[in-house]
Amino acid sequence: MIFKLIRIELIKIFSKWRSFIGFIAVGALIPIIQVALYTEGDEYFNLFTQTLQQQFDFSGNMTNGYLIAFVTLQSLYVHIPLLIALVIGDLLAGEATAGTYRLLLVRPISRLQVVTSKFLAGLVYTNLLIIWMALLSLGLSVWLFGEGELLIVGDSLTILGSNDILWRFLWAYCYAAGSMVAIASLAFMFSALVENAIGPIASTMAIVIVLTIISTLNAPFIVAIKPYLLTTHLNGWKFFFEQTPNWNKILTSASALLSYVIVFYTAALIVFKRKDILS
Amino acid sequence: MSLDKIIEIKGLTKRFKDITAVDNLNLNVFQGDIFGFLGPNGAGKSTTIRMILSLITPTSGTIHLFGKPLGSHRKEILSNIGAIVEKPDFYLYLTAYKNLELLGRISGVDISKRRIMEVLEIVQLHERANYKVKTFSYGMKQRLGIAQALIHNPDLIILDEPTNGLDPSGVKEVRDLILSLNRDHNKTIFLSSHILPEVEIVATRMAIINKGRTVVEGEVQTLLNSGKLMVKIGVDNYLDAVEAMKISHWNTSLEPSDGLQIWLSVHQKEISQINQYLVEKGVAIHSITSTRSLEDYFLTITQGNLQ
Repeated sequence: MIFKLIRIELIKIFSKWRSFIGFIAVGALIPIIQVALYTEGDEYFNLFTQTLQQQFDFSGNMTNGYLIAFVTLQSLYVHIPLLIALVIGDLLAGEATAGTYRLLLVRPISRLQVVTSKFLAGLVYTNLLIIWMALLSLGLSVWLFGEGELLIVGDSLTILGSNDILWRFLWAYCYAAGSMVAIASLAFMFSALVENAIGPIASTMAIVIVLTIISTLNAPFIVAIKPYLLTTHLNGWKFFFEQTPNWNKILTSASALLSYVIVFYTAALIVFKRKDILS
Repeated sequence: MSLDKIIEIKGLTKRFKDITAVDNLNLNVFQGDIFGFLGPNGAGKSTTIRMILSLITPTSGTIHLFGKPLGSHRKEILSNIGAIVEKPDFYLYLTAYKNLELLGRISGVDISKRRIMEVLEIVQLHERANYKVKTFSYGMKQRLGIAQALIHNPDLIILDEPTNGLDPSGVKEVRDLILSLNRDHNKTIFLSSHILPEVEIVATRMAIINKGRTVVEGEVQTLLNSGKLMVKIGVDNYLDAVEAMKISHWNTSLEPSDGLQIWLSVHQKEISQINQYLVEKGVAIHSITSTRSLEDYFLTITQGNLQ
């Protein structure tokens, strides 16, 4: 029954116009970044590496597909959470708004099945969006700009050989999918709490923004809570682009995200099971 | 518990913080009933229906359906119930056919394309099967609501205000459908409606609830014939007849009338005695009608004036 329910939920998700906004937005945004970097890429590269060029001599295809895919991944937390919350926040609250709980919950299915199937369908949607993003940002970028070494300027300079990059991207996209699943779970929990989809979308974005701002502060009490903040672990995909990935850090962050997913799903389930359907 | 009890509710109570929506409600619906469930706005009808369908958790009390407790046999019970609860809401972005297909799939039985078209034909929507529900009028959605309640061929059909938004011919169609489902297909119907003449025509048994409690429950005709009736006596000489009644012990039963007929509020058994009395007084009677509509009865009951 659960697979039948997931299929039904996916039919419902992909029958709504709003579900395609994410794909359209990503499909428009990434080519825009690619075109911008194609025309102005060398200038940007020179700007960012201005001081380094006094000490190093860069040669070869530096503004390559890998660099553009890396830049695109950086933008993950700007728009993808909103696009995900737009759909996932509507999964339960949308039924309340439309009054269709009265159709669904008078059938011989348990509330556990309803919540779980919607949650899993939401995760399928989230992962499809990340796969779409990966195809465009990595696949299209490499196809258009070719391969090359990846130069990452952060606290230190990291240069990754072109034959040492692809596996890192694959892991990074898997991790990014996990990060966005955590965001989706947050939106899903809010969706169980309210009867209007605007609430979950706004609440999810508010939490992501507030936690991101908090994460940039260095007050002692904030430093103490940082390891427990959701946003601290969203950027864990960057660990894959260190010269030698720190698997302990990666596993710690991935475990934290998984814990958040479990907590948000459980909270949604408890709330929904106790809910009186009055809409 | 009797095996033919389809719904048995005992001591059902639902409190929302300080408000008691349903207060120690008791109810029995038997197999083959068309059960009229009546009450003024805010009486607790919808809350009761939602508790029967497990949309709302009762504060206390028990609900048995098909002889089994709802709490422990929820899935089994719901697979045998079709319901419309208040407004006919659907997935507006899907077609009528797709809505029924998806709802049918989770109703515990395999639903064929033929069955979907069959129920759409019953509610006269087969030609609109592939139209999105967002293009439907309220009346069409109401009919689709009936279709989704029938899709899995349940034994108990709960209809909460099923004729809302329908035109007179639509109301008649629903009435005929209810009668047909009951008579030809042996379905038990639980019908909540505020259109009392409709309930009066179709219902075999009924309950009236007020302030969350059952006020009366029983056979419709038995209940309507209980208590006092409004009796209208057509006479040749109205003034003589009134004078005769004023000196009888029925003088307190006289009601203000239209000046052509004598109107009396009396018990049914007194009608023949009044007839005999007036004849003895030389009053020529050409008609006697006694009426009590469900509406009269409902108002009397809900205003607490039943004698």
